[in-house]
Order: sequence, then structure tokens, then C-alpha cells
Amino acid sequence: MNYTIRICGEAGQGIQTTGEGFSRLFSLLGYNVFSFQDYESRIRGGHNFYQITFGTDEIYAPKKFLDLLLTFDKKGLEYKNLLRDDGIAIYDADYLKKSEHDEKFINCPFRQLLNNARLKSIFENVVSFALVANILSIDRKYVYKVIYDIFAGKPEDIIEQNIKAVDIGYDFDVKRKVNLPASDSEEKILLDGVKGVGIGAIGSGCKFYSAYPMTPSTGVFQYIGTHAEKFNIVVEQAEDELSAINMAIGASFAGVRAMTGTSGGGFALMNEALSLSGMTETPIVILLSQRPGPATGFPTRTEQGELLYAIHAGHGDFPRVVFAPGDPLECVYLTNKAFDIAEKYQIPAIVLTDQHLVDSLYSYKKDLKLKLKNKDYRLRSADFENYQDYKRHKFLDFTKKIPLIPLAVPGNSRQLVFTDSDEHDEYGHITEDGEVRKRMVERRYFWKIENIRNEISLPKIYGNSDSKIVLIGFGSNLGVLKEIANNKEISVCAIHFSELFPLPLKENSNEFLKIISRSNLTICIENNASGQFQKLVESEYGFKFSHNLRKYDGRPFNYDEVLEDIYAIL
Amino acid sequence: MLSYKDFDNGTVPAWCPGCGNFAILDAFKKALLELGIEPYEITLVSGIGQSSKLPHYLKCNGFNGLHGRSLPVATGISVANHKQKVIIFGGDGDTYGEGGNHLLHAFRRNPNIKLFVHNNAVYGLTKGQASPTTEFGRRTKAQPFGSLSEPLNPIAFAIAMNCSFVARSFSGSPEHLKNIMKMAINHEGFALVDILQICVSFNKVNNFEWYKKRIYEFNADYDLSDKLKAFEKSQEFDERIPLGVFYSNSRPTFEKNIPVIKDKTLVSMQNFPDITSLIC
Ligand SMILES: Cc1ncc(C[n+]2csc(CCOP(=O)(O)OP(=O)(O)O)c2C)c(N)n1
Ligand code: SF4
Repeated sequence: MNYTIRICGEAGQGIQTTGEGFSRLFSLLGYNVFSFQDYESRIRGGHNFYQITFGTDEIYAPKKFLDLLLTFDKKGLEYKNLLRDDGIAIYDADYLKKSEHDEKFINCPFRQLLNNARLKSIFENVVSFALVANILSIDRKYVYKVIYDIFAGKPEDIIEQNIKAVDIGYDFDVKRKVNLPASDSEEKILLDGVKGVGIGAIGSGCKFYSAYPMTPSTGVFQYIGTHAEKFNIVVEQAEDELSAINMAIGASFAGVRAMTGTSGGGFALMNEALSLSGMTETPIVILLSQRPGPATGFPTRTEQGELLYAIHAGHGDFPRVVFAPGDPLECVYLTNKAFDIAEKYQIPAIVLTDQHLVDSLYSYKKDLKLKLKNKDYRLRSADFENYQDYKRHKFLDFTKKIPLIPLAVPGNSRQLVFTDSDEHDEYGHITEDGEVRKRMVERRYFWKIENIRNEISLPKIYGNSDSKIVLIGFGSNLGVLKEIANNKEISVCAIHFSELFPLPLKENSNEFLKIISRSNLTICIENNASGQFQKLVESEYGFKFSHNLRKYDGRPFNYDEVLEDIYAIL
Repeated sequence: MLSYKDFDNGTVPAWCPGCGNFAILDAFKKALLELGIEPYEITLVSGIGQSSKLPHYLKCNGFNGLHGRSLPVATGISVANHKQKVIIFGGDGDTYGEGGNHLLHAFRRNPNIKLFVHNNAVYGLTKGQASPTTEFGRRTKAQPFGSLSEPLNPIAFAIAMNCSFVARSFSGSPEHLKNIMKMAINHEGFALVDILQICVSFNKVNNFEWYKKRIYEFNADYDLSDKLKAFEKSQEFDERIPLGVFYSNSRPTFEKNIPVIKDKTLVSMQNFPDITSLIC
């Protein structure tokens, strides 16, 4: 069973807080939860919504149809055609000046009730929260608990007023009630993509994070900032993206793990320094949180339009890895892997997310234990003292599997550490010698590409791998792929890629290629217009997809729509 | 005992014979020697330009990065390891042109970085175009109608932004240059030293004789924290060009303002923390 609630209204009306409140409430009750957001680029006004699906099924993707609609603005009423037959809509007739009435609607005079109780209208969302909880037959004590959690540390009177507002909502006579099936498991925890990347970075020992704010990457910048003191991290708001990435490269050169984050426009500015990281072989992790472009695009909406850009950005030949996590847990692990590979191979690593992933909440089992790979690849103090004749850019035979000379921390030894954005010799000093150039390219490019490929994980396969219908996607479409693979109507095999560059070796991608070759219905699904992922996979593996689903309206795919599209193809 | 040779890395500089950069390199080595700073204790950072090649000609740790971007790289290094002495060499194009925005914000942050600008009023490495300090009206191949922008006054700019150490010297006054460099290195905070530099190949106007006629060394006869006096002094740049320290103050450095690195360097804290508390 799953149940979907959409809350809508203007920015500034507390839509997000209410949505998070519901997500917490349902996870507290032990349901699986998935929530996502749709909002405009403005602080007040406009129209936003927050949608929560919860239930006993596994839920990872947006749903098209609604069971309950709670609206604080007129525009929200337009979604009534998405309501299921037994759906419920709640609105305030005074406020919306809506005269027509429909049995699906519950008219609740929020403002008037608050007025009578001498509470400010800002408590509207708390009243509605309690009202919905009551409709869903959820005991009042759980709502109290969520309110106490959200307002923990706030002054006594604020909490008191909120509790009063909860009671108003509960005591409103609703007539219609919904009885939810009991959840069979214990309380869940919630993670979104922001937390996923943030936890991954902190857990990987990130010590320096510099950024210039840009939606939707800012969440991670703020998350790390909030935890900077406790985990000894320096967070700096740079004057621009050029500075942000160069600062991170400087910090990394000096011996700490460093990261920067941005969105497409900022990443465009970082291109030259991405190349600098490649040339100087200074590790760096870049969060590229996509939104629809080109240029400033659709600032608060979602798209997967920068995959090929991430892969090709920067001038000259140099390797990088590009990982596109599919859910918050993958955000943790792939951020960790990005740090590990960046340090091990002395390269830039890009973590590619998007608005949909960073702003969506997923529920996980409470006993979630994370296992990160953390190895320090640097020469520090004593290790470095004993190192004879340190050549930071020592030549490597690219046909052999000898590890790179570790990066050394400058100042940790009497030996010197030098590097250069110009072509350089083994000590890092400028050279114009053609032979040296050739050997440096072999070290920097061939040797690394060859070895990095072996570290890349294979795509994950869900559903019936014998199915003739194969759906393939990457990044934040993991949720929709998993749910389609789980659907009970038609048998679908879903394949998800999260490690996109370099792609796993053809020989190793055996299982994936076998499935593909067996099927005559291969559908590539991606949130962009040009089919970037399709191009990448086709050119790498040399086959052609038979169909594709591309969405570029700034909104994520939802489960029902993808299923309809598959039926349309059949 | 340190000797001059300890700073020599044996590379022959790729500068034109007679270039002012040689004197700047020499003065810097002597300043380090007199201060007793060893090569491994410093990290030199530079961008791109003739001047930015300097770190290659000296024994040191170093990061020779992108055109105009030495300041952010140096800031990252200094925050990661504030025990290192972080020093930048750059040109007027690199620092005041391509890197202008970073300079503005370095003044605000006040990192403990010394910035030595080889100001030859021309782009050397790209062969003679006007730079932000080229005089109004100077014709070049790229400026057929003459440079049509007012030259930047880096000294006045720095004072206006409350830069914590502002000085000018000249590549043709080696003793003065060395002493100013020593003062800058000893200063705690962001130090800008604008060094008037001879470019024998592309700046035929501001040559050695031109400067020798105009420069004079002044010892500030005012309180160095007096911004207005310093500003007044900074306006002098025509028949008479003053060399010396114009302004200095002792506000807290960027690094000192970061609580996380109050007791230890960030690099000494590199670890993998337990993140269980973050999952809830
Ligand atoms: C992004 C970028 N733009 C342009 C250049 C070409 N370039 C190299 S050095 C230079 C100017 C150097 O002038 P200046 O900083 O005054 O140094 P000088 O050579 O005079 O010492 C330019 C424009 C470059 N390397 N990178
Ligand atoms: S071009 Fe000018 S600045 Fe460059 S090396 Fe020659 S003299 Fe020096």
C-alpha cells in the first residue's frame, strides 16, 4: 500500500516545513517514505508544492496520482484532477474565495480558527498538519512528538503555541476518516541527497570546502558549514567559482582533502581549474548539482543535462571520474569513492547530482551503518623524511601496474614539493622538452585511464533479467527504475548506472551486455533533451537502443508516467 | 648555516638579459637568507607571466598555477597549513588584470600571504600589450589608439581597502627592495609590495633612467596606520615616485579568524571522523 499527499501554496507559507513534518511523522510511524519538492526561484509568493508518498511498499519515486491534496493557494486546486476517486482535498474557502463545492473537498477555515484562538496565521500549516493526521487516524501523541523534535531548543512559548495549533487541527470535525494499514516495522530515518553528499564528504575526511552559492548545490555547502566546527572543517564562501576551485586545489596541494560544489553555470567557470587539477595532478572533488540550462536556465528545477559536459569539461587530455549517485545512500558512498579515487590517482573527481536528488527525502532502516573506504595516500612527516629524492611527477611505465608516487605534504620534510600548470619535469618544474612532455602525457593520461577503469563498478540490475523489456538509466532515475522493476503488471528489467566515467570495461560489463543483446526492446530513460546518456553508452558499447524516454520540462519522471510510456511503446 | 647557494636550484632563468626580474629574484634570496628562512619552510605560489616563473628559479615548495589565480591557491594553502610561509610572485597583468577580483577579496580577508608584484606596466610574456598599470595613451600593437583606460594605482587601491601592509620598491634599488621584502615577510597579514620593474624588451618608456630620475626613498614621517596620510602619499606618481612603506595595520589575519585552526594546522588534523552522529 502507498498513500500520496501533496501540499501546495506560495513560497513563504511554510510548505517545506509542513512537508518535512509529514515525512518525519510517517517515518516515525515506521512507514517507508519518499518526498520530493517542486518550487520556484523566489522567496515569497509564486507556487510551490511538496509531495510525500508513504506506505508499506518500498517507495523511491514520485507518483502521479494523489490521495490527499492540501492547498493554501488557488493554483493548488488545479491538481484536483490528479486526485484518486476516493481522494480528499483540503482548503480554506475563506482564503481561496472558492464557492463551488465538491464532495472531495474539506473546507477548513484555518485563519478563522486561529483568530478565535488568538494565534497568528503562521500556525496555519501546523493546524493543517494535525488535521491531516486526524483524517489519517494517527494518534495525536505522534504529532506532538514531531512538533517537539522540530522545535527542539526553541523558547517554551513557541512550543506551547504550536501545541495549541495542533489541538485546533485535531478538534476540527472532519467527518471523513482514512484507516491506514499498520506499518509492520520500526521507525525509519530520513536522508536527502544533500545529507548524503555532506555525510559522504565529512566521513571521507574532507577538511576544506569552498564554494560560491548556486542552487541546487548550496544545500551541501550549508550542511558542511553547519558541521564544520564539530568536525574541524574550514568552509569558505569564495568570491566566485574560479576562486572556490582554486582555493580547494591550494588546500589539497598543502595536504588536506578538499572539495568544492556548484551547479552548471558555476562549473562552467571552474573549467580552467578542472584542467589545472588534471595537469598538476592535485586531487579535488567537485559536486556538480545539475539544474536545467543552458545559462541560468530553470534555477530551482531538475535536469540531467550536464553528463557529457562533466565528462568533457576542461581543456587538454586528462582523466577524471564522474559518478552520478541514484539515491542519498549512493550519495554517501560515491562521494566517498570520489575522494578515494581522486587521492589515489591524483585527479579531479566529479559527483554529479541534480535538484531532484538533493531535495528528495528517502527513508532508511534505523540501524543503517555506513562503511566507508578511507585510506590516506599522502606522504606525511616521518614517511616523507625517509623518502629519498622526491619526484612528485615521476615517470611511470604505463604498461605496468606500479602505483603512483604518493603526494607529499609540503613543509613536512626538508625535501621540496613543486608542481606547475605548465608542462613540467619529474620535479614539477617547467620544461619545453618534447620527450619529457610525451612521458608526462603517458603518466598523466594513459597510465591513469587504464588503471582507473579497473576501479569502476558495474551497473546494477533490478527486476527480471530475462525480461524482453529493458529500461536503462543513470543517476537520480534510480528510484523510478527500481519501482518499475518491482511493478506487478509487466515484467521489466531495469539497469542503473551510477559510475559513468570512465564506463566499466566492455569485457567486465558482461551481464549488462548479455541482457541488452537478448532484448529487442531497450529503452533509455533520462532527464534531458539530447540523450546524453544514450550517446555515451552507445558509443562505448557499440549497440543502439531501440527506444528512449526523455523528459526536459524541469520535472522528474514519475512512476505512473513511465509505466504509461512503456505501455505506449509496447 | 644557510648560504646563498641553498636557494639556488641551478635552473637558468628564461628571462631577457637585463630584465628587472633577476634583481627581484636576487633580493628575495638575500631577504630569505637574512631572515634565516629555509627553502622547505616556504611555499611560493604564482600565476602566469614572466614574473610568475620566479618560483622555478629558487629552491622552495611551490605551486605555479593559472593566470590570475595565485591568490585563491595561496589562500587555500595558507588555510590548510598556516605554519608555512606563503609568498606570491606575480605580474601587474596577472595580479591587477586577470586576478583583480581575487585581489579585492584578499584585501578583505587579510590572509597571511605576501604578494610581490613585478609591475613592469606591460604584458611581458605575451609581448608588449598594455597592462592595467600602463599610462593613458601609450600606443602598442594591440592598442592602436593608445591605452584608453586610466592606469590603476595599486597603492591607493590597497590603502582604500585597508590592506594590512602596503609598500612600493624598485627592481633597480636592490638594497631597498630586499629590506622591504623582509619587512613584508615579517608582517603578519596580507602584504602587497608593488615592485616597479624594468622590462627591457617591451617597455621602452619606463626604463632604468626614467625611474632613476623620479624615484626617491621615503621613511614615512607619519603614523603608518594613518590612512589619510598614506592615501595622500599614494597620489604621488609623476615627476617624483616615492618608494617605501605607505601604510600598515595589525588587524587579525584570516587564518586567526578561523576558530577551527586556532590551535593546530588543518593539515595536522587530517583524519577520518566517525559520522554515526550524522545519521538520524
Ligand atoms: C587565462 C589566460 N589568459 C591569457 C593567458 C596569456 N598570458 C600569459 S602571461 C600574460 C600576461 C602577463 O603579464 P604580466 O602578469 O604583467 O606578467 P609579465 O609577463 O609582464 O611579468 C597573458 C595574458 C594565459 N596564460 N591564461
Ligand atoms: S619581456 Fe620584459 S619582463 Fe619579460 S623577461 Fe624580457 S625583459 Fe623581463
